[in-house]
Amino acid sequence: MSAAILTATASDLGRRIAARELTSVEVTRVFLGQIKRVDADVHAFLHVDAEGALAQAAAVDARLDAGEELGPLAGVPLALKDLFCQEGVPTTAGSQILAGWRPPYSATVTQRLLDAGIVILGKTNLDEFAMGSSTENSAFGATHNPWDLDRIPGGSGGGSSAALAAFEAPLAIGTDTGGSIRQPASVTGTVGVKPTYGGTSRYGVIAMASSLDQPGPCARTVLDAALLHAVIAGHDPMDSTSIDAPVPPVVDAARSGDVRGLRVGVVRELSGEGYAPGVEQRFGEAVALLAQAGAEIVEVSCPHFGYALGAYYLIMPSEVSSNLARYDAMRYGLRAGDDGTRSAEEVMNLTRGEGFGDEVKRRVIIGTYALSSGYYDAYYGSAQKVRRLIASDFDAAFEQVDVLVSPSTPTTAFRLGERTADPLAMYASDLCTIPSNMAGNASGSFPCGLAPEDGLPVGFQVMAPPLADDRVYRVGAALERALGGGVLTDRIAERWTAGAAPDGSAPDDTARDRAEEA
Amino acid sequence: MALTTADVARLAELARIALTPEELERLAPQLDVILDAVASVSEVATADTEPMSHALPLTNVFRDDVVTPSLPAAAVLAGAPSVEDGRFRVPRILGEGA
Amino acid sequence: MDDLLTYDAVLARFDPVLGLEVHVELNTASKMFCGCDNTPGGEPNTTTCPVCLGLPGSLPVVNAHAVESAIRIGLALNCQVAPWCRFARKNYFYPDMTKDFQTSQYDEPICFDGWVDVEVEGETFRIEIERVHMEEDAGKLSHVGGGTGRIVGAEYSLVDYNRAGTPLMEIVTRPVRGLGAKAPAVGRAYMAMLRDLMRALGVSDARMEAGNMRCDANVSLMPTGTAELGTRTETKNVNSLRSVEAALTYEMRRQGAILAEGGRVVQETRHWHEDGEYTSPGRNKEQAEDYRYFPEPDLVPIAPDPAWVEELRASLPELPARRRARLQEAWGFSDLEMRDVLGNEGSLDLIEATVAAGAPPAAARKWWLGELARRANEAGVELGAVGVTPEQVAQVQGLVDAGTVNDKLARSVFDGVLAGEGSPEEVVASRGLAVVSDDGALGEAVDAAIAANPDVADKIRAGKVQAAGALIGAVMKQMKGKADAARVRELLLERLS
Repeated sequence: MSAAILTATASDLGRRIAARELTSVEVTRVFLGQIKRVDADVHAFLHVDAEGALAQAAAVDARLDAGEELGPLAGVPLALKDLFCQEGVPTTAGSQILAGWRPPYSATVTQRLLDAGIVILGKTNLDEFAMGSSTENSAFGATHNPWDLDRIPGGSGGGSSAALAAFEAPLAIGTDTGGSIRQPASVTGTVGVKPTYGGTSRYGVIAMASSLDQPGPCARTVLDAALLHAVIAGHDPMDSTSIDAPVPPVVDAARSGDVRGLRVGVVRELSGEGYAPGVEQRFGEAVALLAQAGAEIVEVSCPHFGYALGAYYLIMPSEVSSNLARYDAMRYGLRAGDDGTRSAEEVMNLTRGEGFGDEVKRRVIIGTYALSSGYYDAYYGSAQKVRRLIASDFDAAFEQVDVLVSPSTPTTAFRLGERTADPLAMYASDLCTIPSNMAGNASGSFPCGLAPEDGLPVGFQVMAPPLADDRVYRVGAALERALGGGVLTDRIAERWTAGAAPDGSAPDDTARDRAEEA
Repeated sequence: MALTTADVARLAELARIALTPEELERLAPQLDVILDAVASVSEVATADTEPMSHALPLTNVFRDDVVTPSLPAAAVLAGAPSVEDGRFRVPRILGEGA
Repeated sequence: MDDLLTYDAVLARFDPVLGLEVHVELNTASKMFCGCDNTPGGEPNTTTCPVCLGLPGSLPVVNAHAVESAIRIGLALNCQVAPWCRFARKNYFYPDMTKDFQTSQYDEPICFDGWVDVEVEGETFRIEIERVHMEEDAGKLSHVGGGTGRIVGAEYSLVDYNRAGTPLMEIVTRPVRGLGAKAPAVGRAYMAMLRDLMRALGVSDARMEAGNMRCDANVSLMPTGTAELGTRTETKNVNSLRSVEAALTYEMRRQGAILAEGGRVVQETRHWHEDGEYTSPGRNKEQAEDYRYFPEPDLVPIAPDPAWVEELRASLPELPARRRARLQEAWGFSDLEMRDVLGNEGSLDLIEATVAAGAPPAAARKWWLGELARRANEAGVELGAVGVTPEQVAQVQGLVDAGTVNDKLARSVFDGVLAGEGSPEEVVASRGLAVVSDDGALGEAVDAAIAANPDVADKIRAGKVQAAGALIGAVMKQMKGKADAARVRELLLERLS
């Protein structure tokens, strides 16, 4: 019973909860039990809100018992990236500088989840302020990949992807600035979608780079991701960059998976040197499967994608340097060195020196440099022009094809510690995902098998024009179907759910809370 | 080396980040490598290319001039490192702002 | 204390160049980027929310009314309205700024290239406006310890963020040359003009003493006959019209003394000290501040619809300069008389209201600039707060015109009104102030005066009519001022001719 709940899809759980075959409290207890059982190994969560989750679940059950019609995911538990404000619940962004902070308000996405009856189990681990591709930059310790605990779960949203792969939650939320939803999805064999920029609200999401950040859904199946997408997307007047337009028909597309006649462009520049053989092999096979399903495959060139990484590592740090200025020890969060004699300026310096990790410091300093007078034109200004060129590449490509595809990331999950001393090697993880953030279009990563050389998941990236998010799901669903044999993570289900208590043991009251302890 | 240790120290000061000498020694060469890698952007950024600051071409997003509830003062101050008389208490300030 | 050159010596050798940066707080209902109440004051930190507190994750949304006000200010200052512009972030750390950057505008202001004329002693000066841009105000600091309440020497500071996020317009002039001796007066007149303009537009209370309108006064000196701009200083904390003039004068004299000695003026920010009437240097920054401006990614560009701009242009209220010209013509005031009116804070509105209530313009001017200005001055209040309404002034003048009271009695009527004794008519009745023009009572008094002053009466009989004044005075004294002087004269001459 318990293992069956753990491995069930979110849509199935939602259906059974709505049919009152299961209660939300029962389901929530099972997942809290799983977290308690496995999270010491995985470390997907920074804070587990057992009490809050059970209260939310009980409220959903009461509404359903009263005959209220709720959405398809009502009562289903979810893991929330610890970048989203949730009123009264610790929110750290993976940083010491915010350790212990409890926001007095909730993000729009958080509120929409709660309004839809989705149960928030807790907050998941991430690279500090979402800066990284491995979660190793978290101030509260790295997350481990459930496929191989010695490997990274991707980043920055490695906590969310690992929670899905270790069956600690059927749904998760991430944010994607340069690949932080898609690359973790890729290396954990899960689904992750970065909606069109402006498709989901950034209000209440702790900012990394404002013009690039975008919240999105994470799940083990395409339909689950689409259902979650539909819950969180849509116009928000609190976010000036939110699009005031109907949400694309993502759920219909995920149910359909019909790619007959769809023109699929393979991006020539996103292959070759630096791409693992197993990644290229599985990617090629997936393209062939789409062709078999009726898609028309063409090769497309995007000549400026080679400059995307450089432009990204100027624009993003520039915005970071400004967005993270507010962590100054004056109003909330850490205050270090205030001995009564030091000035505010000295306390700011010490707090930021102590509270930020290396990667944050690197990016803040690079951004400060790129914006400083005398260097602005050469760095930030040039990067903005390259951004335009990348967007133009997409525009030209989308005149020829309906979607673009590539591997989600050049390699499978690398080993913990392998790239921590080499920032550039770490940055290369996002080579394939960055162009979509630069242009603001829709993009998702879908499992396409295991690399023969290491048996680790490979991700398939689908990119679609702005507001054509449904095409991303359509291709993802087609691939999921064509691959047959169900969901990729089912291959490790036995390992992670064996030994789960048959009744789903209730968690004790001392939920793990590393952020609080730290 | 394009970015010297002294440059990094100056930038860290501008960014209000106290760096230990060890950190400076560790970070400066890394930053230099990163900057070197991203410098390629100036190769393709031609004068006639329009810079792109926003992902989408939205304009004129406004809200009506209507008062909405503020946070309760207790919630405003709850996370503060130090409070006095309903205000945020901060260490002494050296000089005037901008 | 600084060495100062005499003002005349400064002008003998140098031409001053002015530049004024004025910040105006808008009186919108809500703040610039969030829905918090924009009413100043209130208990500390009670009109704050995640947005104006800069909490992690919060995002700004532009107040449409603030944009409209910015465009209206720009139009009133004869500016171009940008077809497309953006907000920018001005990055610097300071405890009164919740995000440690100010959301402002940099190289793309919403309005630019304008001009406005100001008048000083009958001479008109054109001030060119470089830009009008939108930004947000910061929180308020109070400094504790050290005894002075000042930042220097304080032990720590307290911050109230109620003001953080108040919409702020920055209005910047181009360098203004050719002002000569009138430079400080022009600076003052410009500020007075802006204040009146903001009020006429209804966009700000524009009270300098309340900080609604703040001036950073830049001035430099260039040697007469050269075209090279000198090094300027920027004086802050100038909180009244009078201080604008005084601070500019002081800086001209201070810089003049330095230059006359062959020294160099340091480009710096200086602070005006209202009490001692001097400027002092601000904190000396070792390097020029690098604000690292870049386009605000959390806000989208503004592209005002040209039709909307034209609508706003068409609906601008009558602007102060045009209104003055119209009223001067309608009232038939000389330039000198009008200057007196404009020099008396608030009198223009009061005279206009008094005229509207039925009084002749000259009489309205006479009361407000004379008797009532004197009383306001004695009481130390603004003219508008003297305690008499324009309607009451018009009623008093009506009584004068009807011959019910004379000017002297009218002053007593004002005493009664101010003492809360009711309307002017009620005061006349209750104090028995009406002049006596009844021939019976007057005749008796005239006869008594003739009898008491036979020698004067003889002179009048002999044809010295000008001597009548003495007898009229005697009658007035006897009647306690309530006699109709013209009638007294008639009765006297009848009896003595």
